[in-house]
Amino acid sequence: MAKVLMKGNEAIGAAAIRAGCKYFFGYPITPQNELPEYMSKEMPKVGGVFLQAESEVSAINMVYGAAGAGARVMTSSSSPGIALKQEGITYIAGAELPCVIVNIVRGGPGLGGIQPAQSDYNQVTRGGGNGDYKLLVYAPANLQEMVDLMQEAFDAADYYRNPVMMVGDGMIGQMMEPIEFREMPSRFELPGKEWATTGTKGLRKPNIINSLALDPAELERHNIHLQAKYDAMKADEVKYEAYNMENAELVIVAYGTTSRIVRNAIIDLKEQGINVGLIRPITLWPFPEKAFDLVPKDCKGLLSVEMSMGQMVDDVKIASNGRWPVHFYGRAGGMIPTPEGVMEKVKALVGGAK
Amino acid sequence: MLNERVICAGFGGQGVMLMGQLISYAGMLEGKEVSWLPSYGPEMRGGTANCSVMISERPIGSPVITDDATVAIVMNLPSLDKFQPDVQAGGKLLINSSLIEKKASRSDIVAYYVPANEIANELGNSRVANMVMLGAFLELTKTVTVESVLKALAKTFGESKGHLMAVNEEALKKGAEAIK
Repeated sequence: MAKVLMKGNEAIGAAAIRAGCKYFFGYPITPQNELPEYMSKEMPKVGGVFLQAESEVSAINMVYGAAGAGARVMTSSSSPGIALKQEGITYIAGAELPCVIVNIVRGGPGLGGIQPAQSDYNQVTRGGGNGDYKLLVYAPANLQEMVDLMQEAFDAADYYRNPVMMVGDGMIGQMMEPIEFREMPSRFELPGKEWATTGTKGLRKPNIINSLALDPAELERHNIHLQAKYDAMKADEVKYEAYNMENAELVIVAYGTTSRIVRNAIIDLKEQGINVGLIRPITLWPFPEKAFDLVPKDCKGLLSVEMSMGQMVDDVKIASNGRWPVHFYGRAGGMIPTPEGVMEKVKALVGGAK
Repeated sequence: MLNERVICAGFGGQGVMLMGQLISYAGMLEGKEVSWLPSYGPEMRGGTANCSVMISERPIGSPVITDDATVAIVMNLPSLDKFQPDVQAGGKLLINSSLIEKKASRSDIVAYYVPANEIANELGNSRVANMVMLGAFLELTKTVTVESVLKALAKTFGESKGHLMAVNEEALKKGAEAIK
């Protein structure tokens, strides 16, 4: 298929529909509004349902309901809206239902701003809701990758019976880039949804979807079962890109749009005789800890570059496990790091050009 | 190495978003790396709308232009005031002189004055002022070819607006002539 020039938010919607999404429940918030707008126009054409709920809380609970009935369902929002959805997200995780949640992150805390940010890293990787649960979290760096990952996001959600989050930021949502919609073969053999509440027709016992378990022993067993699922995700679902790692004197860790800026800084630094590598987590959870085995032993350190005041840097420290000093450089509030800013920080750490 | 960073700015309705999209689209058709990013901040009615366009040989990092635009195309006075400082030294500033009496105040950039609205009116369609400016931009920078822009425009218009192709093509030509 030929390349098309599309806005990020619309491309997400198109990719979701291609991946078989039939239900979309949302509530408006900048900078992701073009996504529900697109869904409102396109969903009826594929026999699907678009519904604008009265709030984010309502939207995520509609997702809970549709997922419980076995439908491919999606919602989207941006930071403060995702915060409102957290209760529903932990219920969905607890009840083991598949869905895809798109989070086009903007600056916080509170109502914050509407420009791009990565300051919800902790919320998406640690779980903003209660309990021991995890989301599978993808953070694509460009629109092509976002579109390519959408099929996998829905498939992984079904396979693991777990909510999956697709994280972008205002830049990914608003920008236009060339995209090619490609056939992405599924990695998963998807089981049937025998657990779905589709009506017994008098032929079977009712299926029950619930996240309440008052018996502590039963709830512990449920938690151990969930943990085994998360361990399987850790083993099989980690995605990352390692770039220019050979003989790197410093390795930068950056994801999403920030990684694009870092990559250009790395190219410019190389021309100045400074060799810097890049680890780009594509899954934020599970975090690509094994990528750090690629860091040269004599590397001078790791540098986490984020659009936040420093959140992923904690995971970088865990992954480094004391092997290298860990540094941080970030911009916040909707300010975008510049290649020059990154280069300056790198030079301060490695001691300038040789 | 080709690495154009273009700001298109004006007031809502002047077609500045389309202007930027056509440059991006044409770049894509020519196999270049492209991005288009609109301003999506809270804007005042009658204030500026703008977009940032990147056309490059290498993958685009940030699609945001801070203070290093190679070209700014400004369609109204607030846009001139807002974006003149964002053009890098040696960069180009295209000014719609039909609506902007003021001259560029910087001497380290090159300013070009195009009476876009007057030319558009002479063509009998005031709405093609953006295409006049785009024609001037293409003539000046050769970032993408006029042919690619026309292909992009045909795609954007579709069949229902196909009858508008001729006047838009003419506007591109007149814009190019205006700065020769």
